[in-house]
Amino acid sequence: MMHFLKSVRTIWMREIIRFWRDKPRIISTAFQPIMFLVVFGFGFRQILAKSNFGIDFIQFVYPGIIAMNVMGIAFFSSVSTVWDREFGFLKEILVAPVSRVSIVVGKIAGAATVATLQALILLILAPIIGVPLTFLVLVNLIVFMVLLSFAIAGLGLLIASLMTTTESFSVVMQVLFFPMFFLSGAFFPLTQVPYWMEILSKIDPLTYGVDAFRQIILGQEAGVIQAVKNLSLNTPLIDGLILAAFFIIFIIPATLNFNKGE
Amino acid sequence: MNSIEVKELKKEYNGIPAVKGISFEVKQGEIFGFLGPNGAGKSTTIRMLSTLIPPSGGSALVNEFDIISNKDDVRKSIGLVFQDPSLDDRLSAYENLRFHAELYGVGRDDFIERVEEVMTLVELWDRRNDIVRDYSGGMKRRLEIARGLLHYPKVLFLDEPTIGLDPQTRSHIWSYLIKLQKNFGMTIFMTTHYMNEAEYCDRIAIIDGGLIVALDTPENLKSKVGGDVITIKTKEIDKLKNEVAVFSPTSIKDVEGGVQVEIKDGKTFLPKFFAKNQSQIDSVELRQPTIDDVFLKLTGKQIREEGASTADIMRRQFRARRR
Repeated sequence: MMHFLKSVRTIWMREIIRFWRDKPRIISTAFQPIMFLVVFGFGFRQILAKSNFGIDFIQFVYPGIIAMNVMGIAFFSSVSTVWDREFGFLKEILVAPVSRVSIVVGKIAGAATVATLQALILLILAPIIGVPLTFLVLVNLIVFMVLLSFAIAGLGLLIASLMTTTESFSVVMQVLFFPMFFLSGAFFPLTQVPYWMEILSKIDPLTYGVDAFRQIILGQEAGVIQAVKNLSLNTPLIDGLILAAFFIIFIIPATLNFNKGE
Repeated sequence: MNSIEVKELKKEYNGIPAVKGISFEVKQGEIFGFLGPNGAGKSTTIRMLSTLIPPSGGSALVNEFDIISNKDDVRKSIGLVFQDPSLDDRLSAYENLRFHAELYGVGRDDFIERVEEVMTLVELWDRRNDIVRDYSGGMKRRLEIARGLLHYPKVLFLDEPTIGLDPQTRSHIWSYLIKLQKNFGMTIFMTTHYMNEAEYCDRIAIIDGGLIVALDTPENLKSKVGGDVITIKTKEIDKLKNEVAVFSPTSIKDVEGGVQVEIKDGKTFLPKFFAKNQSQIDSVELRQPTIDDVFLKLTGKQIREEGASTADIMRRQFRARRR
């Protein structure tokens, strides 16, 4: 058991070192969501101002953008598994006397940490957008960021365990990324969408991340609490449980695939 | 004691056999070479013995642990240097080794002591904090060897340890390996398709088409060739052959532009032959038999060393660029 935890820590630590060393990536990764927020947020704000939305659009979109950022990085971090395979480092890990589960857990914990740290950068924008942040909100948010990134990194790792080249992995990621983003309810409430879209949204893990993030971030202002509640699908607790369930569903086949050997 | 015992080991990929039932033993403290052309089954064997892939049949013990039922103990007791680079080139050399030590359960104090020892051995201690990306191909290989030693394995597996490296680096790496065997009494199991490297081994198994065709010391294998190898270039091949046959050589073979003769005591044969022969001779070359000759004799083909290594170098460069 001690050895298990130590191996998890070792594999996790490597991801953190690699993240920290690649500073240009940290900056460029932060740029994309800010662009989304500015372009879409300010672009739609005027049109939507007249509707009886109950919430300022940019405030509505903000939690969704943060969730998108978490998803993007958690996905991207699981690419490192494919890189490891392509450049041989995965062999060094797979031949080591450590359990396959510790490898998978270490990888995912690394991806989750990186995704959470990176997404926290976006909270700098909160005062500009006019969302008050309290310590409690921050703690809650971190918990759900970790949950969301575990679920997404689990999915990423499952796909990575089936792919052998970075190219094919990137293609699959791109095919998945935008549909998952748009169907997640980041841009529009999912309470009034057609039935087929509702079904698709419900199998999208990001939906539950967005749903929880929005309630946590916007649930502070007295004026919008009711509006947020009306637009939400579940309570954050239920969202959290669903994310955990997604994680388990993804992680079991991923571990089995790594167990099969090369 | 035997470090490795292999019985009827087999591996098929989708019904196509790669290793067709091989058996051999490796003694403790031995440098054991697995020699054969690309695709002969060398890497497949090493991957089975190091538990990376399961065999399709047969059994093997490494340090007396079963490679199928006791993978973890096998993994703990072996070091492995892969054919393809397997370092994290975004980390420093030191960090790569620390990562390895942690996975293999080497304690902090042991690590601090050993990391200096193994990195000094491969002459990289001064460059320990460099990012691996800035290392040359030879340095990376040496670092991988150092890494393979960090947990003091009883057996070190090396899959083509010198492939794609320049001759100077190759001989460097060999001097490290021989030092290791002497200092640690470590068993070394290696594959190569460089014939001249096979001569460093205590014993060699020649593998071709998934089967072991010969297994012996380099000297004994070479004595199978039947004496010295003499290549005579001539235009009158048939006439020359008849003249040589009088001296009852071990064998006479046609080669491009002449014949190749294997004969005991070639040095005294040549003057006697020249005193008698009538045919026009363009050139004569006498040499001691090499493992190359052994391979040629046993399999009827030559390992095409240059072609293979060029392809390997290109593959390595391609991979390096992609990163």
